[in-house]
Amino acid sequence: MPPTPCSLCHTARALVKRPKTGQQVCKDCFFEVFETEVHNTIVEGKGIFERGEKVAIGASGGKDSTVLAHVLSVLNKRYHYGLDLFLLSIDEGITGYRDDSLETVKQNQIEYGLPLKILSYNELYGWTMDKIVEQVGRRNNCTFCGVFRRQALDRGAAQLGVDHIVTGHNADDIAETVLMNIMRGDIARLGRCTAVTTQSEDTIKRSKPFKYAYEKEIVMYAYFKKLTYFSTECIYSPDDLEAIRPSAIVDIIHSGESFQLEQSVQKGMKAMQTCLRCGYISSNDLCKACALLEGLEAGLDRSALRQTQANSSNAPTGHRTIPMFERYSNVGASQPAEGIEKAVQAIEIK
Amino acid sequence: MSTSDDIITTSNGLGYTSSSAAHPESLVKPPQAPSAGEDTIEIKIEFGGGLHLLFSSQPSHKIHIPRNIPNDDNTATQPVNMRYLVKWMKSNLLSEREEMFGDGDGVRPGILVLINDADWELEGELEYELRDRDEIVFISTLHGG
Repeated sequence: MPPTPCSLCHTARALVKRPKTGQQVCKDCFFEVFETEVHNTIVEGKGIFERGEKVAIGASGGKDSTVLAHVLSVLNKRYHYGLDLFLLSIDEGITGYRDDSLETVKQNQIEYGLPLKILSYNELYGWTMDKIVEQVGRRNNCTFCGVFRRQALDRGAAQLGVDHIVTGHNADDIAETVLMNIMRGDIARLGRCTAVTTQSEDTIKRSKPFKYAYEKEIVMYAYFKKLTYFSTECIYSPDDLEAIRPSAIVDIIHSGESFQLEQSVQKGMKAMQTCLRCGYISSNDLCKACALLEGLEAGLDRSALRQTQANSSNAPTGHRTIPMFERYSNVGASQPAEGIEKAVQAIEIK
Repeated sequence: MSTSDDIITTSNGLGYTSSSAAHPESLVKPPQAPSAGEDTIEIKIEFGGGLHLLFSSQPSHKIHIPRNIPNDDNTATQPVNMRYLVKWMKSNLLSEREEMFGDGDGVRPGILVLINDADWELEGELEYELRDRDEIVFISTLHGG
């Protein structure tokens, strides 16, 4: 096959076939269209950022968050967003996995010159994922990890004095979430999951600047830019949908976006409140993390997953608890989390 | 423009660190592969996105395969192509879990293939005719976000 010229600059050799459009582009044009599309996602409508805003990039060391950290650093300079960027990493306590990827994040910290904050499940919950898996087995451990990570990111952001978290969720991830919410009939989440930015009164603002970025292009970008990222044994689910119909992913996001809720349905949805025990945003008396933690502490295995609605605002005696969530307690990056002492005291039984 | 970036990395962009790889580069010469010569070509294979774990944890391989292979009905020979290479890799290089790499004649969806740094979708995919010293990169795009 003779080399195909780039369909944008018509001079250089095309090296990438864009999955979204089928467009064949050269390396430089690929960088430019990829970055410009992320910029467009960022500035569309009212825009997701405010000038001077402090923004934490949820950084796992994986490809998505690494490319996000890179692209945001570039765009922040190029378009003068005036953002104060931070890297925020959660250490789930998974030996041989997270300890390696955290090394990658530390490398990114140097490469991008961004301050890094690492918050561990161990310091926050008194449990590492290694210990949780020891207790609950492998089958359901993702539930714990997912619930704990979400809250840990918010708490890490609060400690950094940051009001906005950006994550590397890409178009493929969002399409998957749309399908999952349709299948579960979860109307409330379906409405939220396609939004670039989600925020309610009591939660920290979260945005997904890669909402329209395909996984393939993120990987291409990381490869061509020679970015430092970490991928482990990572080959669970097939991506068959994209092979059958390359535009399917963006089509699914658009169909999720066009779901509209009738007023009567919206009224029936649960109002948000704060957790009686730790003060984190919750749709029940206890937030999911506290409910799971109580199950773990009680030595229950899978029954911990059943949302036990223990209404008591006090944990049973001797149980470890999560420090109170204080959204505006700006503790500062260098200091340990306020409340750790309390948590440590709670660990010492008798 | 991208050229104004002042972020410099020393990485390979393939998502592994030297500690996670068995050997940064290994020369794999399976018994039936003769060294490079008239009848064979040398191909460099690299794995990214964690795929090297399926290939004895070695991210980089140099292999030798025949320059020409029999055509479909065995009546003549044709230049060796990607279809042959993928099949060759499955029987000679893959160390575990074939279903994580192969899918029919090709590779699983979610694995990105680059031929001399170009998306293989622009190069004819399995029909691409390999040349001596071609560099083929396989990157898993799944997980590890």
